[in-house]
Amino acid sequence: MNFKKWLLPTVYILFLMLPIYWLLNMSFKTTNEILGGFSLYPENFTLENYIVIFTDPTWYNGYINSLIYVAMNTVISVSVALPAAYAFSRYRFLGDKHLFFWLLTNRMAPPAVFALPFFQLYSAVELFDTHLAVALAHCLFNIPLAVWILEGFMSGVPKELDETAFLDGYSFPRFFIRIFIPTIAAGIGVAMFFAFMYSWVELLLAKTLTSVAAKPIAATMTRTASTAGYQLGLLAAAGSLTIIPGAFVIYFVRNYIAKGFAMGRV
Amino acid sequence: MSKTTNQKAWILVIPVIVLVAFNALIPLMTVVNYSVQETFGSNVFFWEGIKWFEEVLNSSRFHESFLRQIFFTGTILAIEIPLGIAVALSMPKKGPWVSVCLVLMALPLLIPWNVVGAMWNIFALPDIGLLGRMINGIGIDYNFTQQPVAAWMTTIAMDVWHWTSLVVLLAYAGLCSIPDAYYQAAKIDGASAWAVFWHIQLPKMKRVLTIAILLRFMDSFMIYTEPFVLTGGGPGNTTTFLSIDLVKIALGQFDLGPAAAMSLIYFFIVLLVCWIFYTLMMRDEAE
Repeated sequence: MNFKKWLLPTVYILFLMLPIYWLLNMSFKTTNEILGGFSLYPENFTLENYIVIFTDPTWYNGYINSLIYVAMNTVISVSVALPAAYAFSRYRFLGDKHLFFWLLTNRMAPPAVFALPFFQLYSAVELFDTHLAVALAHCLFNIPLAVWILEGFMSGVPKELDETAFLDGYSFPRFFIRIFIPTIAAGIGVAMFFAFMYSWVELLLAKTLTSVAAKPIAATMTRTASTAGYQLGLLAAAGSLTIIPGAFVIYFVRNYIAKGFAMGRV
Repeated sequence: MSKTTNQKAWILVIPVIVLVAFNALIPLMTVVNYSVQETFGSNVFFWEGIKWFEEVLNSSRFHESFLRQIFFTGTILAIEIPLGIAVALSMPKKGPWVSVCLVLMALPLLIPWNVVGAMWNIFALPDIGLLGRMINGIGIDYNFTQQPVAAWMTTIAMDVWHWTSLVVLLAYAGLCSIPDAYYQAAKIDGASAWAVFWHIQLPKMKRVLTIAILLRFMDSFMIYTEPFVLTGGGPGNTTTFLSIDLVKIALGQFDLGPAAAMSLIYFFIVLLVCWIFYTLMMRDEAE
């Protein structure tokens, strides 16, 4: 019984890890070894691919660009979503349900639909190829998601908290910052995690809105694959490095991650 | 929770509306604009009415990529939802292994989508990939860059790899919210494992599973980057899903009219299905 219970998660995790292992394996091989034959582990272990990435500005700038717009997007999304989520969780107002659904529809819009108009819009406001353009564009799907998650977490906080604070003479902004935000800190953490996640993994819009100055790492990878020949080792090393920020943030929210994926509604 | 009516709450929502409207309404109007006009370049436009919509709805190209999309989304939902529930049910509930499982399982969700595609490409290549080697090793002729069936299998395997964890995490969150008392009562009644699943666990997971199906439907219906990097929509057009087809028409051939009409039809379909799910979910919540 116990063995049977362990079997499925173990096999599943093994299945998840195999492609990642293969990517890491490739990243430590030389191009000759990759093309020369098949081996389960790198026979001529090399760090050369990683050295190229950390010394060539077109490579490491890709990471810096990605991290800059992801951070900007996370801050913008969560800070504007906070008051809105509070309004949705506490008050009834004209058109609230329609507004909430309208917000969610933007999470449902296929990015492919918006690629071309986004390019024209951000060129028109002269933000093309800036970090801000990508950060704002990703708000399209990250703000609705953050509102949805935060609303779920806030609805779990009893209303008496607000009422007591107002009776004690707290003004709304002071209550919100001093009492309410610390109370739903876990929810904010989870919302930031999701904003980070979707901004970090998205490529279509990020690639459409940048050319040189704000080019994301993922786009640098696609260009290298097509122009500089078939440098699989380099590509694998760049890919492996994109896993690190994700692993890092998962570790921080590991205790809330399951609840967060349920939009705080369990 | 009872809510009080307060129209001033609008003030709190304004920043969100401004930002989202900037990103959503202006581009959407651009798309609507293109969808009813014809252009021959240099910014000269002619009114075309609903010609493009008729053309798209009657084109076999759209029908084919739409059917491929339905088949893909149906298949991955049929695999990911049961598999996700099964994994969540057999996961440990307490102890240090919980964190380890959660962190490892969430890892694929945070890998950029093109890296997922590139990773599976390297993993499945018949000559240097581990998966390709293994399948060919047991005597099956496998090459996903040339065989449509193999390309489909690989794309589906990639999506299962990438997204099943989302279902696991959601189902797991639902399971954790069941009080121990329920299980104890079931034990006293001598309920079978199946009865516990059907009468206690599944009803408690209903909400989170609705969210899981909603998210998986939306995201798989818009899938672009992963299959584009893995197969490029090929061999031939066999894995060209709606988004890939759309980008080919819009940015590849620059046929703005048909592309815009297709965008709107595409968006409308996603919206319709999501609206049904959302209404079901909100009705549950009200109960």
